[in-house]
Amino acid sequence: MQLKKISGQMSLAACALLQVASPVARAAAADNNWQVDSAVLLYSESDGRVSVFEPALQATRTINEDEQIDVSVVFDALTGATPNGAHATESTQTFTSASGNRSYTANPGETPLDSSFQDIRLAGSVNYRYNLDRLSRLTWGANLSGESDYLSLGGSVNFEQDINQRNTTLMAGLALSQDTLLPSGGVPCSLTAMPLASENEDDVFQSAGNSDDKLTTDLMFGVTQVLNRKTLFQANYSYSQSTGYLNDPSKIVSVIDPATGLPASSGFFNTALTRNLPYVYENRPDSRTRQSLYSKIVRYLNEDVIHLSYRYYRDDWDITSHTLDLKYRYQMEGDFLQPHVRLYQQSAASFKQHDLQLGRDVDAATGEVLVDYASNDYRLAESQTVTLGLKYGKLLAANQQFSMRAEWMQQTIQEPGVSESEKTPGLDAIIVQFNYSIKF
Amino acid sequence: MRILFLLSLLPFFSACSSLGVEPWERDLLARDSMQLVPDVMDNYFDEHIYFSKEASTGGQAVGGGGCGCN
Repeated sequence: MQLKKISGQMSLAACALLQVASPVARAAAADNNWQVDSAVLLYSESDGRVSVFEPALQATRTINEDEQIDVSVVFDALTGATPNGAHATESTQTFTSASGNRSYTANPGETPLDSSFQDIRLAGSVNYRYNLDRLSRLTWGANLSGESDYLSLGGSVNFEQDINQRNTTLMAGLALSQDTLLPSGGVPCSLTAMPLASENEDDVFQSAGNSDDKLTTDLMFGVTQVLNRKTLFQANYSYSQSTGYLNDPSKIVSVIDPATGLPASSGFFNTALTRNLPYVYENRPDSRTRQSLYSKIVRYLNEDVIHLSYRYYRDDWDITSHTLDLKYRYQMEGDFLQPHVRLYQQSAASFKQHDLQLGRDVDAATGEVLVDYASNDYRLAESQTVTLGLKYGKLLAANQQFSMRAEWMQQTIQEPGVSESEKTPGLDAIIVQFNYSIKF
Repeated sequence: MRILFLLSLLPFFSACSSLGVEPWERDLLARDSMQLVPDVMDNYFDEHIYFSKEASTGGQAVGGGGCGCN
């Protein structure tokens, strides 16, 4: 009896000494009120496609044992070329830039790339977390992101409750986001023909307005469970609903004459007479419901740590995907190496269409598109992505850490039934990132 | 893959009574490397890259910045 009492007192003392935090909360040491994480990302795709330079900074301030606030700022400079949705053909193709006054071409056999793809983005967010009581927390978040043609404003709230002697944490989250698209030259009317470039603005777009909006609501329920001293498990269910303008205003779909196998050039698409190019602006449904199940295991292995996650995703555009992510942190004295493998596979959206056939999908005389939705955006195609990477991290001092990672990403696009010469090429990308963190 | 996911849930739903640790056994779990998101920056950039290149998104958290890249 006496032994049991002593054991109980020792437990209480040990608990007080360790100042145990919840499994999901990052416990800040009492003498470190600030943590600053900084990073620079360099992302570069092969064949002169997209390049990104993206520095980011996050400062986290532990106000007291019950409150924490973090502020993040990200700058994003993006240049390069991206597939515009039309596919390669045996003829030279001419397109009109988003602004409407410039044209660009793709040579025979070349996948058309819009080279005017460049933007600067500035984003910021604030999160304020506070303890409701000894076992529950609430986090309020706000974020703002701006580009020359895109504005996003969002807010979120997350609730966490520890139960089961803090071995289990239940989480519920809600986020709302209001995004406004402001395409250069206006919002193109979906499923209408791309006009020939002109200096005269009146010749160009049948604009559907200067801007359009989309609203996204995200819900998440999750549980984190300590399995044992060396293993942590997380499972989340997410539900997301987007409504409004969900098209990519820069993406088009080719209109092909089945008699020639080339872009249509007669009737409504006789460009010399009508100024209509044989491409129509894509159209997607105006709502999208996404669901995902995400699970993760973190396992300690004799100083090393494994992070393994799997996500199953599906949406009502008929896309399903599987994502497997494995990181193995190989701990050395004061530094670590971390190989990373990510495997991703997705199916195509129901309205992903390689092109529209004149006569069948498009009225040859009026140019009216006879299908409701069509997009040839490669991101809605069946695809696989493989990422292999290596990260090196070094503890510079007790409160400072430097790390860098280099990764290679390869994306393969599958287009069943499409001839090799017309397929959207995959892409290779190199990701290099430098991180520096300090606590004080 | 779906079966893999369900299998991964098994340890969670079985033997519930033996799950968890005592408060004084959290030394390893408290390490930075054992956090669910050990590096916020890596996570942020990965989310951004794959959001712009793939149709799927989300799963780990709600909230965060929007982007016109997809």
